[in-house]
Amino acid sequence: MTSEIVVVRTGSANLASVLAALRRLGALPRLSNNADEVRQADRLVLPGVGSFGAASTNLRHAGLADALTDRVRSGAPFLAICLGLQLLAEGSDESPEASGLGIVPGQATRLPDTVRVPQLGWNRVTPTSGDPILEPGYAYYANSYALTTPPVGWTHATTTHGAPFVAAISRGPQLACQFHPELSGQWGHDLLARWWAAC
Amino acid sequence: MLTRRIIPCLDTRDGRVVKGVRFQGLRDAGSPVELAARYEREGADEIVILDVVATDRGRDHALETVRAVREVLSIPLTVGGGVREVRDAERLLEAGADKVGVNSAASDDPALLERLAHTFGVQCVVLAIDAATTADGWRVFKRSGSEGTGRDAVEWAIEGTRRGAGEILLTSIDRDGTRSGYDLALLSAVCHAVGVPVVASGGARSVEDLIAAVEAGADAVLAASMFHDGDTTVALVKQAMQQHGLEIRQ
Repeated sequence: MTSEIVVVRTGSANLASVLAALRRLGALPRLSNNADEVRQADRLVLPGVGSFGAASTNLRHAGLADALTDRVRSGAPFLAICLGLQLLAEGSDESPEASGLGIVPGQATRLPDTVRVPQLGWNRVTPTSGDPILEPGYAYYANSYALTTPPVGWTHATTTHGAPFVAAISRGPQLACQFHPELSGQWGHDLLARWWAAC
Repeated sequence: MLTRRIIPCLDTRDGRVVKGVRFQGLRDAGSPVELAARYEREGADEIVILDVVATDRGRDHALETVRAVREVLSIPLTVGGGVREVRDAERLLEAGADKVGVNSAASDDPALLERLAHTFGVQCVVLAIDAATTADGWRVFKRSGSEGTGRDAVEWAIEGTRRGAGEILLTSIDRDGTRSGYDLALLSAVCHAVGVPVVASGGARSVEDLIAAVEAGADAVLAASMFHDGDTTVALVKQAMQQHGLEIRQ
């Protein structure tokens, strides 16, 4: 496979950090919001910082919802980060009026108010079963919402902030992380390198 | 379990790291790229860059600094200084910041916090509060501590959080650069008042100060002089905090 990698231009994301992390892998990432490229790129990254409703609306307005759904269902190489993972679900308590892509069942729910929200900082990643990409470690999270039920057909990792939630899901060359691998130091770099190698 | 963050702070001016005492008498402390890379290697959990000059020329320097630091840094980067509008925050994020700190402009125009949170999400918005002890209690100061706002520090933290700040960076002006320890009473009051993470800043001298701040409720501890001057390293600090029983990323 070539080193082609397309990063979906989602509007207000910390894109510079994602691009810098991909360059450190030796990749030459390209930004795009073209539906054909989203379908056909060798590798695709869906980053995410912002609100669920705004991001979901932006994807639909840009005509990317179907392209993303087709791509993930086809099993093509794919990486989703933070809100990018939540967008795969059916919806989020953050924006009850908006719908997600519905590729994985369930709803993102707010973290419990017994702990500080948003969760900002380094927390554990605990894979539940042998997965070639996910390994235990600490990752950097910046989230107020999360999925609590892992989807069938994916392996997953969990973490706990007040209550357990889904830290990441993985399926072949597809990886979706609630944490930010691009901000998770050497551990995050190594995770991205394993994903890259699995594509 | 979420770990406590150790955050070296780089106060920058015209592309160099500087450090003063109580925001005055700035002296050169090195290259931001070299220091940021060194702190990441030593185990820093995040880097904060506060640009102390908000002139147009200074702002361009700040963006160059953020771009250069981003290329080498694979941990979170928070940048503050001179953010007056959503566009200013956007420029910093495009240059490589992950979170944006806002201080004086939010005092002048609290709705700025709402606009920033609406555009980028609360997890991107850090309200920096510079507080000093006065006859009326802890008051908020702006423009690098030179001008009073009349606001009560704890009430401002509550209002800022309600308006969209996802984190409070709380600096004690009385303690900044003095190495006399954090203002723990102020820190504890703010930590009890808000539900978002609070970063303690101003006055750290030793690992005992960092531990005391965490025990007072801080989610993260920020220090500058203590690391720049080579008194200790992030690695040694983290080791000592872990031995003390705190949850730390090693």
